[in-house]
Amino acid sequence: MTAVSNGVTKMAIEHSEIEKIAVLSHIRITSEEIGQLAQRIAEILQMVDQLQAVDTHDVEPMANPLDAVQRLRPDEVTQSNRRDAFQAIAPAVENGLYLVPKVID
Amino acid sequence: MQWETVIGLEVHLQLATQSKIFSGSATTFGAEPNTQASAVDLAMPGMLPVLNAQAVHHAIKFGIGIGAQISKHSVFDRKNYFYPDLPKGYQISQFETPIIGKGSFEILMEDGSSRTIGITRAHLEEDAGKSLHEDFINYTGIDLNRAGTPLLEIVSEPDIRSAAEAVAYLKALHSLVTYLGISDGNMAEGSMRCDVNISLRPSGSTLLGTRTEIKNVNSFRFVEKAIHHEFQRQAEILEEGGTITQETRLYDADLDETRSMRSKEVANDYRYFPEPDLLPVVVDDAYIESIRKSLPELPDGKRTRFMTQYGLGPYDANVLSGSKPLADYFEAVAEQCGDAKIASNWVQVELLGQLNRVGSSIEECPVSAIALGSLIRRILDNTISGKMAKQVFESMWAGEGDADEIIEAHGLLQVSDTGAIEAIVDDVLSANAAQVQQYLNADEAKRKKLVGFFVGQVMKLSKGQANPQVVNELLAKKLTHNEAE
Repeated sequence: MTAVSNGVTKMAIEHSEIEKIAVLSHIRITSEEIGQLAQRIAEILQMVDQLQAVDTHDVEPMANPLDAVQRLRPDEVTQSNRRDAFQAIAPAVENGLYLVPKVID
Repeated sequence: MQWETVIGLEVHLQLATQSKIFSGSATTFGAEPNTQASAVDLAMPGMLPVLNAQAVHHAIKFGIGIGAQISKHSVFDRKNYFYPDLPKGYQISQFETPIIGKGSFEILMEDGSSRTIGITRAHLEEDAGKSLHEDFINYTGIDLNRAGTPLLEIVSEPDIRSAAEAVAYLKALHSLVTYLGISDGNMAEGSMRCDVNISLRPSGSTLLGTRTEIKNVNSFRFVEKAIHHEFQRQAEILEEGGTITQETRLYDADLDETRSMRSKEVANDYRYFPEPDLLPVVVDDAYIESIRKSLPELPDGKRTRFMTQYGLGPYDANVLSGSKPLADYFEAVAEQCGDAKIASNWVQVELLGQLNRVGSSIEECPVSAIALGSLIRRILDNTISGKMAKQVFESMWAGEGDADEIIEAHGLLQVSDTGAIEAIVDDVLSANAAQVQQYLNADEAKRKKLVGFFVGQVMKLSKGQANPQVVNELLAKKLTHNEAE
């Protein structure tokens, strides 16, 4: 999967990996699309390779680009029941529940 | 082959807050479906999470309680998976930098031995909603009231070696979090849910075998049963030369078995990344210190104090310090009656026994600690016998009044008057001349049995009211006297 050329690590991606990502993301793709996607993702990975080449030895991982910390909210109930409004735009509801196609583990 | 069980537990603890971890919706249990699900909880476009200060406070309190490292800088991450009760398509959790790092606490086993169980980490996250599969034919119903309820996921090291230890760990954890007041600990309402990681290895080995994870085991008893079952299943596979598949299994309490959850396998790639909608959570030393100072006496400290202050054994001290209401009750009884050891016996045997039989908790107990303490005082001052006291206790339970009123009303006063008891003893000895003769000819062991018989007869004639100590003394005197003649 990892080939080395011109001294830079070059990432390629297997078709099976594309298929797995599609399953995880719940995106349906056709077999013809897999080739195109593999090509485009490989290009993105090349850019990642470029970034990987930077020496980040002494750099703290950054969780957020803003130089600020999380403000905390007091523990108070501020939301009232707006179920009717929300369920008016849902495709299917019954007895106060949202209905979705059957899922079973 | 002898197998050793290696167990690690992940506990999802619902934190006691008024509102959700990232929204201002209420968290009340048992509300009408979806009446506590706001636009944030439903993942409406443009909604942003704002972190609940109380959830952070509770998490840090727990960290201090287990002597863990508290992260002054922690980050939330997205855990991505698809399921209808998770409308955003990801759960906000913590991955790389949990708010609570390594800690540990001690568990005490029934035989009095103790073990230290390591805690790997504890992190904050949001709960998902509930899926209801049974009520509809082609649909699943979704209730998002629970979505966004604050959870603390507490991950133990694989330090647990048996089902009994797992249960002891969970009980100790339950006791700790309810003392701290960070959770109501209500298992029936799902406030404490447990995933069990379990593997086997040949006894003496230090390598770890392949583990399976049993999801969502929701009572102490089911944890025990699920572990027993999974041990059997893995041992059978290994003994036939097979290998264990690393997988997620579900414990079915009705069938008492675990079965594979295949659907989880494909999705087991959560693609964590930092949550861009939340900034890093930063807490300072002063804040942590202020929480440390507010901590109540914890179960460990109380247990030790019960041993030194009241002279209780480790097991009794552990049971009585198990919950704060029980510990408070015991201390009030001990103070009222002035004898901690008898108080310990009464609380554990009579009181807890009765509470167990009727299935209620110490908070619902109809007999107050003062009332029980006063009853024990009547045993200590020889007003009634221990046996009578049990009868009085039952009447107190039934609401017939306090100990003195019941003793009076039922005529249970213990007779310690030597003259009255002596008359009964004489009657018993003359009515049982044959047994007296046997006694005189018997050896020590046989004599003991016969004395038991005489005491029984005297108690019967006195309708249980004779002071057993006085009866014993008088019998000894009379029988020795007979022997001398």
